[in-house]
Amino acid sequence: MTPLLSLKGLTKAYPGVVANDDVSLEINPGEVHSLLGENGAGKSTLVKMIYGLVKPDHGEMKMNGVAYAPSEPRAARGSGVGMVFQHFSLFDALSVAENIALGMENAPKLTALSEQIRKVSDTYGLPLAPDRIVGDLSAGERQRVEIIRCLLQEPKLLIMDEPTSVLTPQEVDILFQTLRKLSAEGTAILYISHKLEEIRSLCDSATILRLGKVVGTCVPRETTAREMAEMMVGKVLGTPTRAGVTLGEIVLEVSALSLPSPSAFGMPLREVSIQLRKGEILGVGGVAGNGQDELLAALSGELLSPAGSIKMRNEDIGHLGPNARRAIGLLAAPEERLGHAAAPDMSLTENAMLTGAARQNLERNGFLNWPAARGFAEKIIEAFDVRTPGPGNAARSLSGGNLQKFVIGREVLQRPDVLVVNQPTWGVDASAAAAIRQSLLDLAGKGAAVIVISQDLDELMEISDHFAALNEGRLSEPCSTDGLSVEQIGLMMGGAHGMEVAHV
Amino acid sequence: MIALEKRPEPSRAFSYLTPVLAVIATFFFGGLLFAALGKDPVTSILTIFWEPLFGEFSFYYRPQLLIKGAPLVLIAIGLSLGFKAGIWNIGAEGQYIMGALFGAGAGLAFYPSENVLIFPFMVLAGAFGGWLWAMIPAFLKVKFGTNEILVSLMLVYVAEQFLASMSLGLLKNPEGFGFPGSRNLQQYASAHNAEIIAGSGMHWGVVAALIAVIFAYVLLARHRLGFAVRVTGEAPRAARFAGVNPNRLILFCLGTSGLLAGLAGLFEVSGPAGQVSIDFNVGYGFTAIIVAFLGRLHPIGIVLAGLLMALTYIGGDIAQSQLGLPAAAIQVFQGMLLFFLLALDMFTNYRLRFGRSEAA
Repeated sequence: MTPLLSLKGLTKAYPGVVANDDVSLEINPGEVHSLLGENGAGKSTLVKMIYGLVKPDHGEMKMNGVAYAPSEPRAARGSGVGMVFQHFSLFDALSVAENIALGMENAPKLTALSEQIRKVSDTYGLPLAPDRIVGDLSAGERQRVEIIRCLLQEPKLLIMDEPTSVLTPQEVDILFQTLRKLSAEGTAILYISHKLEEIRSLCDSATILRLGKVVGTCVPRETTAREMAEMMVGKVLGTPTRAGVTLGEIVLEVSALSLPSPSAFGMPLREVSIQLRKGEILGVGGVAGNGQDELLAALSGELLSPAGSIKMRNEDIGHLGPNARRAIGLLAAPEERLGHAAAPDMSLTENAMLTGAARQNLERNGFLNWPAARGFAEKIIEAFDVRTPGPGNAARSLSGGNLQKFVIGREVLQRPDVLVVNQPTWGVDASAAAAIRQSLLDLAGKGAAVIVISQDLDELMEISDHFAALNEGRLSEPCSTDGLSVEQIGLMMGGAHGMEVAHV
Repeated sequence: MIALEKRPEPSRAFSYLTPVLAVIATFFFGGLLFAALGKDPVTSILTIFWEPLFGEFSFYYRPQLLIKGAPLVLIAIGLSLGFKAGIWNIGAEGQYIMGALFGAGAGLAFYPSENVLIFPFMVLAGAFGGWLWAMIPAFLKVKFGTNEILVSLMLVYVAEQFLASMSLGLLKNPEGFGFPGSRNLQQYASAHNAEIIAGSGMHWGVVAALIAVIFAYVLLARHRLGFAVRVTGEAPRAARFAGVNPNRLILFCLGTSGLLAGLAGLFEVSGPAGQVSIDFNVGYGFTAIIVAFLGRLHPIGIVLAGLLMALTYIGGDIAQSQLGLPAAAIQVFQGMLLFFLLALDMFTNYRLRFGRSEAA
């Protein structure tokens, strides 16, 4: 059998980095092939070449034995390649059908298109009303819009980039049923992920990338997750450890906090209650966009809260701004590194000043002590092994992992009593992620209370004492992570969000 | 193929180099423009840049440099604070007019009594007038989210109507034989912003400009408020996270720039201009926008840029009278300066790469 797609010796270099180095792989019709690797391993570059977004420097691609070199995504789609991106490109204010029509060449009339959408969505068990407004859809439903958009072109190869990062476990099940049906009909699927258990349950074969090179292939069903992880990282992984702690008295108490979202398509917080004890790590899971940013803003002081709804050591702090909260020991590290946690074009010294001014005595009577801020920045760089030439470098010149270590380190070194972090290891390589998790564990070990908001359930299970999930702005009752099953977590995250199960 | 590539971090060298390159490019293309108008380009450029400083009549022109430069620097310093934070006060011209009206009005109210406190009182009134005029867009922005660019710009035209109304009505000189315009403040000793050293061009506005430059320098380099201004301009969300209250910052930036523009107006009306008249404002408030950017929004840079712009004004006047260059050509010349500055500015954050082509 000729493979559907074969890549030989693909190489792509960017200034200073070889993103793909002599990468070869083959995908057969109907095969579910996984592309595995850490962030920065070159997965995205590889699929961008297949989808015509990037041109390879060397190497050749063949589709059904014929040379294939798409100059743009339109050409790739013409050859039967469809791609569902991790970040959706949908207009919130338009309906499902309108959104799909926008992405098509020669889109049919809306009524005819709606009919097609209904048909495809029924066939593949992806129920979706074409006239619904995208802004009202859940993340899982939005992904359906993207998938249906691809399926309408009857692709022979469907590329999916981290499709489950926005889904609950139940929604993942529905998606996998659809993908299995597609594969049974002969559509090949190139599936990018770093979630190993998913890959083991779904994929027929896997290619593992590290630093742009193929370091191995395997049959996921016959390989353990740990083996695959070690192939990805290239070394034996240590598991973060924490000394057994006893939880102390309550330091932070949030009671029935309801807040409107500051942005139009944001999520309001609805009666969120938290009791956080000294030494506790509370993991907050949930699909992105269910109130995570708002919760962090409410706790950091960027959003002010009604009287009595947030108390620290029994004192009302809802009316305090970020700096007043820092002064009493409540610190935060937001998800967005560039532009929120740090100012991209400013130096690390200036970024150290950003949140460290009050607690590190970098300020006197409003006048700033720059040499001291530089010292603080150097201390962070040293203690958290931030790879950078020095504190005078701009934040944006750091890699994601290094900047994240700097941002977390900046807060941890200020010895907070309560630390709130959102997505502390998002887009960070495995060793940096392990270092960050360990630092959070150490912080809790010294008696601080930590709230970790994350979409990485494995991470939350690994480090937190209690788990709660955000769903539509509501926080579930926190429960102990010991013996918590994936099923229970999924239900706390809102189950399938009312999505109908695939009728396959 | 030539491609633009984002630098990993802004080039420090280029941020200092661009103003110099922009001036050189302006010389070159300005020269071409003058040549196209049938004038000798070298003579034209020399007339504009050499004549006022080292020419035969430089004893007259050099003080003019301070007189024209001071209001530009004073206004531009205020504007630069807002521009750094992404708060765009385009209406300094109106605040300049209102400062002059408030200040002159405050002085003329005491006419003809003489008292050393009258001038200081006028200074306060002028500053208040400019501040008040700038607080209108600030308040509307904070309260209703209006666009400060539009509101502050529109208020320039309202201020111009006030100016006309005042010079024809309330402030009109009763002994002026019916001509529009107020009494001449130069002839009212207590209200006159006289030269501190005769013949030097050094009046109180120059002193105020110098104080403003030092104030802005210290504020931006060493003070929390200046840091808040810079972070807000770089990354508004990070500023909020760092505890900056955006509304207070809007009030501060617009208020300060209005206050300084008002001061500039007051020093002008009580000194070099002498009286409130319909055509009192000559565009300092708009030119100061160029000065602020030409000076890289940096206090020291603004001093240099202010002097350079003053030079093109004075030299431009000479070129008009001696070479017969049209006034519009001088304005195009000044516009070129800003144009090249902004265009070359891109190289601070980007670099050119020659070589093989690169797809998306």
